[in-house]
Amino acid sequence: MFVRRYLIPRLLQYFLVIFLGITIVFFIPRFAPTNPVQRTIAELRSRGTYLNPADVEKMVEDLTRLYGLEGSWFEQYIDFWKRLFSGDFGISFFQFPVPVIDLIKNALPWTVGLLFVTTVLSWIIGNIIGGIAGYYNNKRWSRIMDGIVMFIRPIPYYIFALGLLILLAYVYRLFPIAGGHSLGRKPSFTISYILDVLRHAFLPALSLVILGAASWFQTSKLIVQNVNAEDFVQYAQLGGIKERKIMFKYVIRNAMLPQVTNLALSLGQILSGALITEIVFSYPGLGNLLFSAITTGDYNLIMGITALSILAITSLVLIIDLLYPLFDPRIKYK
Amino acid sequence: MYFTRIIKELFKDYRFIFAFIVLCLLILLAIMSVFSPYDPTLWFIVPRDRPPAWPHILGTNSKGQDIFWQATFAIRNSLIISVISGLISRIIAILVGLVAGYRGKTVDRVLMFFTDGFLVVPLFLIIVMLAMLIRDFMNVVTLGLLLAFFGWAWDARVIRSQVLSLREREFTYTAILTGTGIIKLVTREYLPYITPLAFSTLINNMSWAIGLEITLSIVGLTNMDIPTLGTMLKWAMNYQALLLKRWYWLLTPIILSIMLFIALYWISVSISEYLDPRTRVQRVGVE
Repeated sequence: MFVRRYLIPRLLQYFLVIFLGITIVFFIPRFAPTNPVQRTIAELRSRGTYLNPADVEKMVEDLTRLYGLEGSWFEQYIDFWKRLFSGDFGISFFQFPVPVIDLIKNALPWTVGLLFVTTVLSWIIGNIIGGIAGYYNNKRWSRIMDGIVMFIRPIPYYIFALGLLILLAYVYRLFPIAGGHSLGRKPSFTISYILDVLRHAFLPALSLVILGAASWFQTSKLIVQNVNAEDFVQYAQLGGIKERKIMFKYVIRNAMLPQVTNLALSLGQILSGALITEIVFSYPGLGNLLFSAITTGDYNLIMGITALSILAITSLVLIIDLLYPLFDPRIKYK
Repeated sequence: MYFTRIIKELFKDYRFIFAFIVLCLLILLAIMSVFSPYDPTLWFIVPRDRPPAWPHILGTNSKGQDIFWQATFAIRNSLIISVISGLISRIIAILVGLVAGYRGKTVDRVLMFFTDGFLVVPLFLIIVMLAMLIRDFMNVVTLGLLLAFFGWAWDARVIRSQVLSLREREFTYTAILTGTGIIKLVTREYLPYITPLAFSTLINNMSWAIGLEITLSIVGLTNMDIPTLGTMLKWAMNYQALLLKRWYWLLTPIILSIMLFIALYWISVSISEYLDPRTRVQRVGVE
């Protein structure tokens, strides 16, 4: 029953979302007024390269093929999917003959590392602190924390990251202002290199963790307050079970379950936030790549980043959804 | 009246009062743009890079513009963008939520499929692609419409679940059995329940739109000639206000937008707390 009633519709939805998302990604640039082939040639000319007409014709042909613009839209579309499955996103415009996939491969570890660590950290920190604050919501410190979060929560990623950068890298020079590691350092598995990377990652990570945790704190606090009001909690208290045990084993554990679903739903937002934060700190991940792609009008690169993000995020959401019954024994897909 | 009672209730919340005052001040600032002695699009009309001093109370920037008057235009345009985005996405959200919640079954499933799709996909990247497409036509209205088109999904879900619960209540059956038409039922009976909800999501959406406008400006996808909080910040960053320590230029849009975000957020929080009787009881119980 689980397979027919839940798994198949869910998988169907998963493939449909990916299909629609990628289709949109394919079609948007086709409506663009500028032709990337002509733009590349114009770019070359503006650099003062002399091109004779026969060469130009040959170039137009080659570039049209390289950018995947051969044939009718339908043929291009089929071709786009074919290439997608082999991981080929075409070539980049701003670093001309480099394939998009290579650029993404270089940037991906930085983003995944930053994103994974900060998402997990902020989820755990926010939920546990929020849970404790919700359990003792009449205490003074709980309300003070609530007040602080009320100030932090509404600030968007860009402004918050910029504020941290100004405060901790310019006014107090505690952290480097840009980059993923010190200039000219070769990646290696030495302690000093790893420390260097961590020092550079600290501020972007801090801003993501604080903002993320603030939002988990609030939802978690609210849920815990509601669980708190339920009979089984009062019964446990009257039965003389230790407060600590009630709080962690009975209340917070129950409250964390809906937060798993919330995590799945907010992954898209978290990714956007991480990309923006990378731009602020010139962190060498996908966000910065995206920034260069936008400023140079590199559609292939943006399409690659977007298509990959859609695939990654929808798959993650699917995995969380399917794993959910493992966390919550009350849910059985009947 | 129903609405005056809500407003009276809300003004008992000190956060609402504070946020309301801040928002009024910011709106006043936006209105003051009408009296600006300078055209905000012109360059080099006042001496450049002056620190704050009379008559340029917030100093002047490297483009030869008065920062204070520039800020009044920035707030005005940012607010206009957010209101356009907020109102239009509210219309979509209410329609989708109402139809999905009321009709149920297949209609509900199809609409919720699209809504969930919007929630799961990293929208920011899609918005970036579309913004690149309409870059040449970018102005306050088109940006507002672009954001409106993407800002409804979550709120449609919220409204749908409210309608689902309203639909199961007794008065719905009474109305249907006594021959009330669907339109009348929805506008007369459901809208009073949905309006406060839509209003609280409206404010969230406005703040989302302002934030996204800032982000899009920073990556250079909005019209840089129109002063908004985002473009003001972008110009300051472009002219290295950070390295040159021209704080008055950089901090003006930052502080104004933080004030705006906090004010909008607090208003939305106190409205949604008012709407949720459980938290309302807790609050009254504490005070």
